[in-house]
Amino acid sequence: MRTKQTYKALLLLVLSASFSAVAAEATVTDSDRIEQYREMISDGNPAEFDEMRGEELWKKAAGPNKVSLEQCDLGKGAGVVKGAYSEMPRFFKDTNKVQDLESRLLTCMTTLQGFTEDEITAKPFASDKKQSDISSLTTYVVGQSKGIKMAVSTKHPKVKEAYEIGKRIFNYRAGPYDFACSTCHATTGVRIRMQDLPNLSHNKKDAQSAYTTWPAYRVSQGQTRSFQWRLNDCFRQQRFPEPKFASEATVALTTFLAVSANGAEFAGPGLKR
Amino acid sequence: MNAKLMMSMTVTAALALAMAPVQAADLDAKTAEIVKRDFRDKGIAKATRVNQDELQAACSKYVDKLPPKLKAKLEAKEAETIKFPADGKFMGDWKAGEKLAQSGKGMTWSDKPEDVPGGNCYNCHQLSSKEIAYGTIGPSLLNFGKVRGNGEDIQRYVYARIYNAKASNACANMPRFGHMGILTEAQMKDLVALLLDPESPVNK
Repeated sequence: MRTKQTYKALLLLVLSASFSAVAAEATVTDSDRIEQYREMISDGNPAEFDEMRGEELWKKAAGPNKVSLEQCDLGKGAGVVKGAYSEMPRFFKDTNKVQDLESRLLTCMTTLQGFTEDEITAKPFASDKKQSDISSLTTYVVGQSKGIKMAVSTKHPKVKEAYEIGKRIFNYRAGPYDFACSTCHATTGVRIRMQDLPNLSHNKKDAQSAYTTWPAYRVSQGQTRSFQWRLNDCFRQQRFPEPKFASEATVALTTFLAVSANGAEFAGPGLKR
Repeated sequence: MNAKLMMSMTVTAALALAMAPVQAADLDAKTAEIVKRDFRDKGIAKATRVNQDELQAACSKYVDKLPPKLKAKLEAKEAETIKFPADGKFMGDWKAGEKLAQSGKGMTWSDKPEDVPGGNCYNCHQLSSKEIAYGTIGPSLLNFGKVRGNGEDIQRYVYARIYNAKASNACANMPRFGHMGILTEAQMKDLVALLLDPESPVNK
């Protein structure tokens, strides 16, 4: 364990040093820099530590019921993790709902392990002070879809409906700045300051590369961030109120974005600035 | 192809056509219902922020491509909201304007009530030639005043554009800084000066 932490600290030191070094070069774009990190640490993304933590949590008996999550059905049968993420969100009969990975984990943690929903949703994201179990579990599960093509089916009418609602949420303008997701993410080749913005609604390649690289280790935050976190922070910058964790709105939006990424190999957990 | 089959295909096609708009309206209503339920207060960002005004609702529904009549109607309504400075002066201090243009702060749930919102200008626009970290969602405003001069008409136009950009383009990406109470009159004057003052780095 000590070796792991030392390795992590070293890796971060190298990363932050290289970040300040390249940041000084004005002509280098953010995407160039990220490409540089990727090459530099291609043999080790710090997200791997979160994957390992998540795997331990998956297999460990926990909660009032003292059981592991190994009987959790992510859509491909109880306990099947391999390839599950690249087919999510999907419809689940037992809950009669379309669920993304995080809302499904929430179901398993409450029904199998006996946690209350409030315990988990009160602080679903990691902070400097506290790690998040559901976030680490997410990192583990997505890692088991690495290299597998995104294939989210819209055959079920409820998934189709979630996709349509998600598309509408993407274009939903509100708040003091009149922003929607589409304000920044419906045009190709634009940026905020130096940050390139993927066109998520009208550019298949952008939509695929953005979706398949989340969850991701955020170098600037020193945390592995889940897709629910990604949406949450977008809404913050949109000047919206906070989307409830794993809510129908977030699952619908995720469905729209995931379906738009269909056909691309899942490449997460990724690495971001 | 027999007549019966043709007939049934025609009926199916007609039904599909008739149903499509109904379904779309249902989905719009359902989306609004879900959004209203699934967002909550956090810090200064209250849940009521998801309630749309007429303009936001129309731009969402038509995905920013309004039918011309509706567009003209909404733009006229937005134009009526613009309050010009009582002292008749539009030009403030370009130095204060540049500071404001640099600041991307304000109105997120992680901002505090006492935090002064910035203009967010460089997030989307090129302005001063000295600032290379500019966004490209909006057009470049480099040399804005140099090209257009700084007479009263253009001062008034720029002030109005900052106060309520939707008066000239209903579904513009740009926020309505005056109308939504993001910036004060004095701050908007400083931004007018940033764009039009010959001494401003935008025009150098």
